[in-house]
Amino acid sequence: MYLGKVIGNVVCTIKDSSLEGSKLLLVRRLPNGPSVVAIDAVGAGAGETVYVCRGREAAFAFKPKEVATEASVVAIIDTIERE
Amino acid sequence: MLLARIVGTVVATRKDPRLEGKKLLICRLVDPDGNDEKGYLIAVDTVHAGFRENVLIVQGSSARMAYGCKDTPVDAAIVGIVDQVSQD
Repeated sequence: MYLGKVIGNVVCTIKDSSLEGSKLLLVRRLPNGPSVVAIDAVGAGAGETVYVCRGREAAFAFKPKEVATEASVVAIIDTIERE
Repeated sequence: MLLARIVGTVVATRKDPRLEGKKLLICRLVDPDGNDEKGYLIAVDTVHAGFRENVLIVQGSSARMAYGCKDTPVDAAIVGIVDQVSQD
Protein backbone atom coordinates (compact mmCIF):
# COMPACT_ATOMS: atom_id res chain seq x y z
CA MET A 1 0.00 0.00 0.00
CA TYR A 2 1.20 3.53 -0.59
CA LEU A 3 0.13 7.15 -0.49
CA GLY A 4 -1.14 8.81 -3.61
CA LYS A 5 -2.79 11.96 -4.81
CA VAL A 6 -5.93 11.89 -6.93
CA ILE A 7 -5.10 13.84 -10.09
CA GLY A 8 -8.06 13.01 -12.29
CA ASN A 9 -10.51 10.41 -13.41
CA VAL A 10 -11.01 7.96 -16.26
CA VAL A 11 -14.26 7.31 -18.11
CA CYS A 12 -14.92 3.92 -19.73
CA THR A 13 -18.30 3.18 -21.26
CA ILE A 14 -17.41 -0.36 -22.26
CA LYS A 15 -15.90 -2.18 -19.32
CA ASP A 16 -15.89 -5.42 -17.41
CA SER A 17 -19.28 -6.04 -15.81
CA SER A 18 -17.66 -6.21 -12.35
CA LEU A 19 -16.48 -2.60 -12.79
CA GLU A 20 -19.89 -1.18 -13.60
CA GLY A 21 -20.94 1.56 -11.21
CA SER A 22 -17.45 2.07 -9.83
CA LYS A 23 -15.44 5.26 -10.09
CA LEU A 24 -12.06 5.07 -11.82
CA LEU A 25 -9.55 7.50 -10.36
CA LEU A 26 -6.20 8.54 -11.73
CA VAL A 27 -3.79 8.45 -8.80
CA ARG A 28 -0.17 9.60 -8.75
CA ARG A 29 2.10 7.91 -6.29
CA LEU A 30 3.60 10.39 -3.87
CA PRO A 31 5.96 12.15 -3.98
CA ASN A 32 6.76 11.84 -7.70
CA GLY A 33 5.82 8.37 -8.78
CA PRO A 34 3.93 7.03 -11.79
CA SER A 35 0.20 7.35 -12.30
CA VAL A 36 -2.12 4.38 -11.96
CA VAL A 37 -5.83 3.94 -12.40
CA ALA A 38 -7.48 2.84 -9.15
CA ILE A 39 -11.06 1.94 -8.26
CA ASP A 40 -12.57 4.19 -5.62
CA ALA A 41 -13.86 2.35 -2.53
CA VAL A 42 -14.34 5.34 -0.19
CA GLY A 43 -15.70 8.26 -2.24
CA ALA A 44 -12.43 10.13 -2.78
CA GLY A 45 -12.23 13.17 -5.02
CA ALA A 46 -9.77 15.23 -7.01
CA GLY A 47 -6.80 16.67 -5.13
CA GLU A 48 -7.16 14.43 -2.10
CA THR A 49 -4.33 12.44 -0.60
CA VAL A 50 -5.35 8.81 -0.45
CA TYR A 51 -4.17 5.38 0.53
CA VAL A 52 -3.85 3.00 -2.38
CA CYS A 53 -3.90 -0.77 -2.05
CA ARG A 54 -2.24 -2.74 -4.85
CA GLY A 55 -2.36 -6.32 -5.97
CA ARG A 56 -4.88 -9.07 -5.48
CA GLU A 57 -5.85 -7.60 -2.11
CA ALA A 58 -7.23 -4.47 -3.80
CA ALA A 59 -10.34 -6.44 -4.74
CA PHE A 60 -10.98 -7.32 -1.09
CA ALA A 61 -12.27 -3.77 -0.50
CA PHE A 62 -15.39 -4.69 -2.50
CA LYS A 63 -16.13 -8.09 -0.94
CA PRO A 64 -18.25 -10.12 -1.41
CA LYS A 65 -18.38 -8.73 -4.95
CA GLU A 66 -15.47 -9.97 -7.05
CA VAL A 67 -14.09 -6.93 -8.83
CA ALA A 68 -11.39 -7.10 -11.49
CA THR A 69 -9.01 -4.57 -10.01
CA GLU A 70 -5.41 -4.52 -8.83
CA ALA A 71 -5.44 -0.99 -7.41
CA SER A 72 -8.05 0.47 -5.07
CA VAL A 73 -8.37 3.69 -3.10
CA VAL A 74 -9.14 2.39 0.39
CA ALA A 75 -8.75 5.49 2.60
CA ILE A 76 -8.65 9.27 2.46
CA ILE A 77 -5.74 10.73 4.43
CA ASP A 78 -6.56 13.50 6.91
CA THR A 79 -3.16 14.12 8.44
CA ILE A 80 0.31 12.67 8.31
CA GLU A 81 2.64 13.03 11.27
CA ARG A 82 6.30 12.28 10.99
CA GLU A 83 9.39 12.98 13.04
CA MET B 1 -4.42 -0.66 -13.27
CA LEU B 2 -2.65 0.74 -16.28
CA LEU B 3 -3.52 2.80 -19.32
CA ALA B 4 -2.36 1.40 -22.65
CA ARG B 5 -2.94 1.61 -26.39
CA ILE B 6 -3.43 -1.43 -28.58
CA VAL B 7 -0.69 -1.68 -31.16
CA GLY B 8 -1.04 -5.21 -32.46
CA THR B 9 -2.27 -8.73 -32.10
CA VAL B 10 -0.63 -12.02 -31.25
CA VAL B 11 -1.50 -15.35 -32.83
CA ALA B 12 -0.66 -18.56 -31.02
CA THR B 13 -1.81 -21.87 -32.43
CA ARG B 14 -0.42 -24.08 -29.71
CA LYS B 15 -1.43 -22.75 -26.35
CA ASP B 16 -2.96 -23.69 -23.06
CA PRO B 17 -6.47 -25.04 -23.77
CA ARG B 18 -7.94 -22.48 -21.38
CA LEU B 19 -6.65 -19.70 -23.63
CA GLU B 20 -8.48 -21.01 -26.68
CA GLY B 21 -10.89 -18.50 -28.15
CA LYS B 22 -9.27 -15.58 -26.32
CA LYS B 23 -7.86 -12.63 -28.22
CA LEU B 24 -4.29 -11.69 -27.29
CA LEU B 25 -3.36 -8.08 -27.95
CA ILE B 26 -0.06 -6.22 -27.82
CA CYS B 27 -0.51 -3.12 -25.67
CA ARG B 28 1.85 -0.17 -25.42
CA LEU B 29 1.74 1.56 -22.06
CA VAL B 30 0.75 5.25 -22.23
CA ASP B 31 0.67 8.09 -19.73
CA PRO B 32 -2.58 9.97 -18.89
CA ASP B 33 -1.89 12.40 -21.77
CA GLY B 34 -1.72 9.52 -24.24
CA ASN B 35 2.03 9.70 -24.78
CA ASP B 36 3.92 6.45 -25.14
CA GLU B 37 5.77 5.09 -22.16
CA LYS B 38 8.37 2.38 -21.97
CA GLY B 39 7.19 -1.18 -22.16
CA TYR B 40 4.74 -3.49 -23.85
CA LEU B 41 2.27 -6.00 -22.47
CA ILE B 42 0.41 -8.91 -23.99
CA ALA B 43 -3.08 -8.86 -22.54
CA VAL B 44 -6.19 -10.97 -23.00
CA ASP B 45 -9.10 -8.98 -24.41
CA THR B 46 -12.40 -9.28 -22.54
CA VAL B 47 -14.20 -6.18 -23.89
CA HIS B 48 -13.73 -6.53 -27.68
CA ALA B 49 -11.21 -3.74 -27.94
CA GLY B 50 -9.70 -2.84 -31.30
CA PHE B 51 -6.53 -1.55 -32.91
CA ARG B 52 -5.30 1.87 -31.66
CA GLU B 53 -7.88 2.08 -28.90
CA ASN B 54 -6.89 3.24 -25.44
CA VAL B 55 -7.68 0.61 -22.88
CA LEU B 56 -7.54 -0.16 -19.18
CA ILE B 57 -5.43 -3.16 -18.19
CA VAL B 58 -5.59 -5.09 -14.96
CA GLN B 59 -2.43 -6.98 -14.06
CA GLY B 60 -1.46 -9.78 -11.76
CA SER B 61 -3.72 -12.36 -10.21
CA SER B 62 -6.63 -9.90 -10.30
CA ALA B 63 -6.68 -10.35 -14.09
CA ARG B 64 -8.33 -13.69 -13.45
CA MET B 65 -11.33 -11.84 -12.05
CA ALA B 66 -12.05 -10.42 -15.51
CA TYR B 67 -14.95 -11.84 -17.48
CA GLY B 68 -14.19 -15.33 -18.82
CA CYS B 69 -10.73 -15.50 -17.24
CA LYS B 70 -11.55 -17.47 -14.12
CA ASP B 71 -8.98 -20.23 -13.54
CA THR B 72 -7.06 -19.37 -16.70
CA PRO B 73 -3.30 -18.78 -16.89
CA VAL B 74 -3.66 -15.03 -17.42
CA ASP B 75 -1.84 -12.19 -15.67
CA ALA B 76 -2.92 -9.22 -17.78
CA ALA B 77 -6.45 -8.56 -19.02
CA ILE B 78 -8.08 -5.67 -20.84
CA VAL B 79 -11.12 -4.71 -18.76
CA GLY B 80 -12.18 -1.36 -20.23
CA ILE B 81 -12.08 0.85 -23.30
CA VAL B 82 -11.09 4.35 -22.26
CA ASP B 83 -13.32 7.15 -23.56
CA GLN B 84 -11.79 10.02 -21.68
CA VAL B 85 -9.06 10.79 -19.16
CA SER B 86 -9.49 14.07 -17.31
CA GLN B 87 -6.80 15.58 -15.16
CA ASP B 88 -7.36 18.32 -12.61
